[in-house]
Amino acid sequence: NKMAATATMMPFFDQRVSSKHDLVPDWTGQEVSTGTTIMAVEYDGGVVIGADSRTTTGAYIANRVTDKLTPIHDRIFCCRSGSAADTQAIADVVTYQLGFHSIELDEPPLVETAANLFKASCYRYREELTAGILVAGWDRRKGGQVYCVPIGGMLVRQPVSVGGSGSTYIYGFMDSNYKAGLTKDQCLELTATALSLAMERDGSSGGVVRLATISEEGVERRVILGNQLPKFSTH
Amino acid sequence: MALSNVLQTPAAGFNFDNTARNEALKGLFEGAQAPKPLKTGTTIAGVVFKDGVVLGADTRATSSEVVADKMCAKIHYIAPNIYCCGAGTAADTEKTTELLSSNLTIFSLNSGRNPRIIMAVNILQDMLYRYHGQIGANLILGGVDCTGNHLYSVGPYGSVNQVPYLAMGSGDLAALGILEDGFKPDLELERAKELVRGAIHAGIMSDLGSGNNIDICVITRQGVDYIRPYQESEYKENRKMKYKYRPGTTPVLTEKVVPLKLEVVQESVQRMDTA
Repeated sequence: NKMAATATMMPFFDQRVSSKHDLVPDWTGQEVSTGTTIMAVEYDGGVVIGADSRTTTGAYIANRVTDKLTPIHDRIFCCRSGSAADTQAIADVVTYQLGFHSIELDEPPLVETAANLFKASCYRYREELTAGILVAGWDRRKGGQVYCVPIGGMLVRQPVSVGGSGSTYIYGFMDSNYKAGLTKDQCLELTATALSLAMERDGSSGGVVRLATISEEGVERRVILGNQLPKFSTH
Repeated sequence: MALSNVLQTPAAGFNFDNTARNEALKGLFEGAQAPKPLKTGTTIAGVVFKDGVVLGADTRATSSEVVADKMCAKIHYIAPNIYCCGAGTAADTEKTTELLSSNLTIFSLNSGRNPRIIMAVNILQDMLYRYHGQIGANLILGGVDCTGNHLYSVGPYGSVNQVPYLAMGSGDLAALGILEDGFKPDLELERAKELVRGAIHAGIMSDLGSGNNIDICVITRQGVDYIRPYQESEYKENRKMKYKYRPGTTPVLTEKVVPLKLEVVQESVQRMDTA
């Protein structure tokens, strides 16, 4: 009665809006998005990267244990945000291109090269893609580096970068808590705290916190489960 | 088939001209609802257990409010060690999985190797991403190969998730509740089958688009056990297949015979040549 009245009064009935008469709820038609929080920090000797683990189709969580930290090469990772399909496809393409390049050179590739490959794809197909990517890794020339390739295909190197829908909630935290010259463990703590704060406030971020440290020695991955996350309370 | 335009051979592959037309037509509807594409409700689920993978599905195919097929097979064969459950547009899931199966068979024959689940996933992901979500196929791929037991989901836009347990389709929320509650790593076979059966059953009970029987497919290193149906619906009607009435059921009240008067207009004799 009340529901039906509201439905017929609506002038524009977008196909996306779910109605009572649907046998199949409309979130199944929505594109899968990693509405997300991702972060990367440089330290002397490497980088720390982190991400939440939620993938959504509309209001439904399609995967609550997603791994958004994708290896591109032995010491180069990317953090993916935006459309799950687009970012997986771009990451696959860049992995191939970088692998080929590295074999030709007979040398480990530079992080800057990987970042430029991401930029090339994201900028050329900017109208068709929804992808915000952080490229981070270690190479012999410049050590730990973080490059930001947001939607649109810009490329800029930053000592610390956050991305995804949850990043808006932690700019204040980052501005006040980041300083240059942090150690690896301080970076890990900063990342875990920042991601927890974002996951607390952003509906599209949640699950577990995945962290990784990339340095000359290699890649160290860890997971912080939901009940072990740092807790904050405003009430 | 006789084509009206014989000079131009149809282009190979899919033709998406209608998508552009539909987009253009949307603006003309002025507030009324544009016709919606038909979606088929479904509940499909998969679980990785100690010795392999169990896949499950309901058997109802719907056309809006009507059940079009009460015994449809939603668990498709991909390779001897790989099976795929499909939700979404029935035609899309059927043809996509058939294409995949053909490609993997050709690969097997060419290389002499058994296909791996990750290969099936990559082929599907490539194809679905290329069509930008126009192919409405939500697939659960499961199988056992030399690298272990795997379960993947592939979405219509080409996104891939690897997880130990999954449910998809319109009944996925109900099924996922059962799976979240009952799943543990390294389950035994009987417990895993019961878990999947329970998940599909929850989907059937709570979702109008899912129903009828439950199919189960167990894939292990030793082989595949495709149990169809694993559990039959308790609401089965017994139909008489023949509807024949005994003579005399309809009483004859009157009978009138009218002979037809025919005139011979022309008569011609043609000899048949049997030489």
